[in-house]
Parts: sequence; structure tokens; C-alpha cells
Amino acid sequence: MTTTVPAPLADAVRDESALRRFLFGLPGVDQVGLERRSAVLATRSIKKDAKLQAIDMAVSMIDLTTLEGSDTPGKVRALCVQAMRPDPDQPDVPPVAAICIYPDLVEAAVERLRGSGVKVAAVATAFPSGRASLPVKLADVAVAVDAGADEIDMVIDRGAFLSGRYGQVYEEIVAVKEACGRAHLKVILETGELAGYDDVRRASWLALLAGADVIKTSTGKISPAATLPVVQVMLLAVRDWHRATGEYRGVKPAGGIRTAKDAIRHLVAVNEVAGPEWLTPDLFRFGASSLLTDLLRQRRTQTEGHYSSTRYIGSA
Amino acid sequence: MTWTYAPAPESAALANLQPAYRPFIDGEFVDGNGSMKTVNPATEEVLAEVGTASADDVDRAVAAARRAYETTWGPMPGAERAKYLFRIARIVAERARELAVLETLDNGKPIRESRDVDVPTAAAHLFHHAGWADKLEYAGLGPSPKPLGVVGAVIPWNFPLLMAAWKVAPALATGNTIVLKPAETTPLTALVLAEIAAEAGLPAGVLNVLPGAGDIGAAVVAHPGVAKVAFTGSTDVGKQIQRTLAGTGKRLTLELGGKAANIVYDDAALDQAVEGVVEGIFFNQGHVCCAGSRLLVQESIADELMELLRSRITTLRVGDPLDKNTDVGAINSRAQLDKIVDLAAAGDAEGARRWTSPCPLPERGLFFPPTVFSEVEQTMRVAREEIFGPVLSVLTFRTPAEAVAKANNTPYGLSAGVWTDKGAKAMWTGRQLRAGVVWTNTFNRFDPTSPFGGMGESGFGREGGRAGLAAYLDG
Repeated sequence: MTTTVPAPLADAVRDESALRRFLFGLPGVDQVGLERRSAVLATRSIKKDAKLQAIDMAVSMIDLTTLEGSDTPGKVRALCVQAMRPDPDQPDVPPVAAICIYPDLVEAAVERLRGSGVKVAAVATAFPSGRASLPVKLADVAVAVDAGADEIDMVIDRGAFLSGRYGQVYEEIVAVKEACGRAHLKVILETGELAGYDDVRRASWLALLAGADVIKTSTGKISPAATLPVVQVMLLAVRDWHRATGEYRGVKPAGGIRTAKDAIRHLVAVNEVAGPEWLTPDLFRFGASSLLTDLLRQRRTQTEGHYSSTRYIGSA
Repeated sequence: MTWTYAPAPESAALANLQPAYRPFIDGEFVDGNGSMKTVNPATEEVLAEVGTASADDVDRAVAAARRAYETTWGPMPGAERAKYLFRIARIVAERARELAVLETLDNGKPIRESRDVDVPTAAAHLFHHAGWADKLEYAGLGPSPKPLGVVGAVIPWNFPLLMAAWKVAPALATGNTIVLKPAETTPLTALVLAEIAAEAGLPAGVLNVLPGAGDIGAAVVAHPGVAKVAFTGSTDVGKQIQRTLAGTGKRLTLELGGKAANIVYDDAALDQAVEGVVEGIFFNQGHVCCAGSRLLVQESIADELMELLRSRITTLRVGDPLDKNTDVGAINSRAQLDKIVDLAAAGDAEGARRWTSPCPLPERGLFFPPTVFSEVEQTMRVAREEIFGPVLSVLTFRTPAEAVAKANNTPYGLSAGVWTDKGAKAMWTGRQLRAGVVWTNTFNRFDPTSPFGGMGESGFGREGGRAGLAAYLDG
């Protein structure tokens, strides 16, 4: 098998059976305890300065997303403008981390975002189902990378994963990683289609071993998408990866996070489960479309002392 | 990036704190014979003046309880008693915020716990037993089980309202009346419970609450008009009570100390086991008789578990109990803090290795940082004596048999925890453990349907569930 894995874990990917043994040697996840920890963390009360800081952090971590069949270059350009300057009335609001779009629209986005620092992320590998042959998936990636995408959000082959063909999933991620070149790779596990928290842990490690820069929960096309317990398992995986290798890898919940309150609950989990080192757009992202509007609304509430109607907030 | 949570204090005004509280006897709040001050352990400031009962008050309270037992409460059909209990339960639930804040002020426990555990569990206990009041014939305790008479209940300071509910709910549901002596340092919520009972229209004398020191508790227990004693507290006092009651024919249940083993096998879900260990010992500052104060970890995972445990404990937020983000609050009293300091020093002296969470502590008030002793051996005081504070002793084992032998090597037997992903191993271990409550893959979970109580020096009798009813009935 291809090996790009740091020495302490190199043995895990020596061959398919070693990989399987490694994944099944990971400690189990107890559903009751996991969900309880998430529930307790969700009771954290984030107020005043801490809330304002959280809102700005969350804005700076958003992958502002549109993944519709009806997307057009015009729609993407509108999104880019909002990404760079989310709330023109409040110029101190930071730009978002990236916009997340289909590969054929990357060119329009790259042009509009040039020099802004906002990254262009493209979903690829036959998103969202992942049902295509490897050459097709790699061609999909190449289109996005050639057009100037900074980040690639790939989907794993859930069919292969669920039928236990871990080597195939691994090799596919490795191949995509190679096709990414300098682009960062986010690997979507589509946790809503996996068989529980143990599977989420195994899929997380599989993706990390194969070179994922970021592990991502969902496509947003399947429910349930990002939940706090699933994100907790993935945060534990990157924390353990760092303990084992010294490397920092990221996590991206996507789908279903629509309110500032939800986003802050995720940030609390990042802070307390993985650690404050992960509170940066390099290591934590939100895949979201409507979240930004609520964050801006809550931010205005903090600074102006009253709620604003969403009509006062520009929305792409 | 550093992200500091801003203080998020719950409003102390919600407690509706009164400058003075008085004993509740025969349906009325009466002037006490003396008074004491109750203190907020987080600030060491006086919260309120509390009138204390005298020996005469004990006589009056027992007589009132006896009269109520004979004239109103005893003869009342169960379905009618249930209505009062449901009403009390509902008012407790309605006044939950007030009770939670008051409990936190008086006890020092974090508002997150009084809000999410103490008060809802107390209400649940009242609701559960209200449901039993008209169904006692079907409890499997005989065709027509009879109440005993006047119950004398003495409760501790670690869960003041919850322990009051644990005594009052089954006593009243079964048709007994009760004289309750709350702990000296935490009398307030029991007195508000009395106010709630009055608000619910509970007949005079059915519930009496007598604040005071240990002598009042002793007088309640020894009173000849008391038919049954229910005590939760230290093993030493429990033994004294048992001596006092010997030969009197009074019924007795004792829920005493503990030194629970929390056994973590190498096939456990590690991260959740860490959570359970933390929950087991740092819940309520470790002021829990069933606290998992002895961690028994399998040698093959000991290093990894300890690393994860220390880093998890470091994230515990110690401080203002009213802050909604506080995980570990104040130690309830100076005397208790001194005891914890003393036992921790014994751990150092006997050669255990102390690790202290680097968390910041408030400048004033009674606090003790989360502490872990590793390299603890069975013979050390920190492995044998109940510390009743946020101090965990860690021992290792190699085989399940050794784990069980070490877990059972204690005169106590209240609770234990088992962590493994293997069902059969959990069941086997549970059967071997000499403890009244064994939790698997969880810890410190309480439910009114589940009997709670100990073995050995942890006492006898059960509270909660069907078994809990038996303690208040003659079959």
C-alpha cells in the first residue's frame, strides 16, 4: 500500500489486513457516555466578550457553501463578495475562510476572490454520492485544481467502506491526495450513512492515515449531518493523531449548523475536547450556507443591544 | 487561539433568600430555641440566620407527627395522599430555579449540578412516590402493607434537598409522618421544602423540619415516639445510631460512607471511561458517598489512561458555584476542607504521587483543586479512608480476579463501577463486587425507580424503587 504515514503509524498501512487490524484495534466509543459529554458541553453559557469572540471566530471558519444544480457564475460571484466582506455595515467582521462550490464554478470564484485571502474549495470525486470510477473522480479533482481551487472536498466511497473494503477506500483517498497537488484535502465521511460512532472513529483514522488534511462530517445532502457527538468523535481522532504524530489535522462539520448557538456549541467542543490549538480556520471549519446570516445577526445584537431583522443583513 | 469564557453567573436573587429561617413544627414556622448562621462556602459570608430546635421542640414535633399519623395522614386513603405529594412535586418543579440557586448558595455545589441533577432528581423522586401511594397493595410487600408511624430522618449536607426528598417522599407515600433534621451547614432548602408542603396544603404535623446540630439529630433518633429511623451520613454516626436503637424495636435504614472502586478494563471505551472517572470523583466536589474514589485501572492501559485523565481534569473549571460554566464548586465547610487537606497530606507522607490540576482557584472561599494520587497501594490511608473531596486514588491491576480482590478489599460496600466493552465481563465483575450499586459504563446515575443503598460499613436498607418502599412498611 502507498505510504505517506508518519513513522509511529506506518505499520498500520503496510497492507490491507494490517489496516483492518489497526482500525479494529482502536478503542470503542460508548454511545451513552459520548452523547452525555456532548450534552453537558452544550450547557456551557457563552456570554458577552466570549460570545463576540466566538461569533467572529465562527465567521472566520465558515466555508460559505452553495452546492445546487441551479448554481450559476453570477450566484457564485455574489457569494464571493459576501465571503470577503460579510457585513459591510460592520467592517471589523472578518472574512470567511473559504467558499465551497462545484468544480465547474471554480474559475468564476478564483477570479473574484484573487488577493482576498478567502480560499476556494471545490467538492469533487462525484460529489455527493461518490459513485463513479476512480479515473472519473481523479478527473473531477483535476478540473477543480487546474481551475485554481485551493481546497478539495472529496467524498469517501461509503459502499466500499460499509462492505469492509478499507484498502480500496484508503487507496482512493491517497490517489485523490496526490491529484490535489498543493491543494488541501478535506475528506467527507458522510457520517449519516455510516454504522455508528465506532464506524465514525474508524473512518476518521482511515482518512487521516491516507493523508486527509481535514476530516469532514457530511455532504449536507444526507440527514443526519453534523451532530455534536459525531463531531466529538472526530475531534478526538485529530487530538489522538496529534498525540501520536505531532501533526495537526483539522475537522469540518457540515450540514445542519444554521444558528450562532449551534456554532458556539461546536466551538466549545473544539476548545474542550481537542484543545484551544484547534480554534483556528486552519484546523476547524463550518460547512454552511445560512449560518453566516445568523452569526451576523447575533453579532449586531451584541454590539447594538437589540435584534436586527434579517432584512437589514445582506445575503447572497 | 485562546478563548476565555466570560463569567456567566446565575442571579443570586433568584434564591429569594430570607434574612432568617425558622423550624417547621406542626404546620407552622416557629421561633427556635437558639440560632445558628449558615454560610456560603464560596465566599464564607453569612447567608442567613437559622433558628434551631431544642429537645423540647423535638418532643413537640414528634407529638405533632404522631397526632397527624393517627388523625389525618394515617387514615387517609392512598389516592388522597398521592394528591398532596403530586402537588408538592409540582411546586418543587415550578420553583426549580429558586431551589437550585438556594442550594448552590448554601452548599457550594455548581449551579449546573443543582439545576440539572439535584432539583430535577428530587422532583422525580417525589413524583415517583406520589404514584405509589395508592398502589402499595401491589408492591409485592403483602396484601395490605401498613405504615410504621413517625419517621425520624437525619440527612447530610452533600445533597440537602435531594436527600430530604429521598426520605420525605417514601415516608409520606406509605402513610407515615416525618420529623426531618437537615444538616447543620445546609438547612435552607429543607426549610423551603417545608414551605412548599404548607403551600400544598399538607395537613399539619405530617412533615416537620428541625434545623440544628448533631444533638438534635441524636434527640430525634432516640425519641421513643419515633418508629423508624432513616439516616444518611457518616459511618461513625451510623454506628452510634445503631447502638442507640439496639433493643428498641425501631426500624432502621443507614446509608453511610463509601470508598467505591471504579474498575477500568483494557477493552473499555477509553474516552468515555475517562469521562466516567471524572464524573465519578469530581461530581459535587467528590462530596458523594458513592463517589468513585478508587480508580482501578488495568496495567496495560494505565499510562495512556492517566495521560488522558490528567489532560481531561485540566479542563475542569473550578470556581464560583453560581457561574453556569463551573464544573467543580466550593468545599462545603472549613472542617471538611481541613479533613481533605489532612488526608491528602497523608497520601504524600505514605509515598503516593500527587498530581494537582493546574486550574486557577478563587482567592477567597473554600476550594480544593482536583487532585489525583497515583502509585497508591491498598494499605495507604488514601486507598482506605473516605476523603469526601475531589481527590482520586489510582491503583493498577493485571487480571479481573485481582481487580475484584482489590475492589472488595474495603469495609465499605456502597457502589462500584465497571468499564468494559464486553458484556459478559461486565456481568461477571458485577456479580463479584460487594457493593449495593454497580454501574457499568456509567457512574453516579440516580433514578427513583432504582434501589440505592450499601453493604458492610456502607449501611443497610434501600432507597428508591420497590425495595425502598419496604423500609417504610410492615408487610
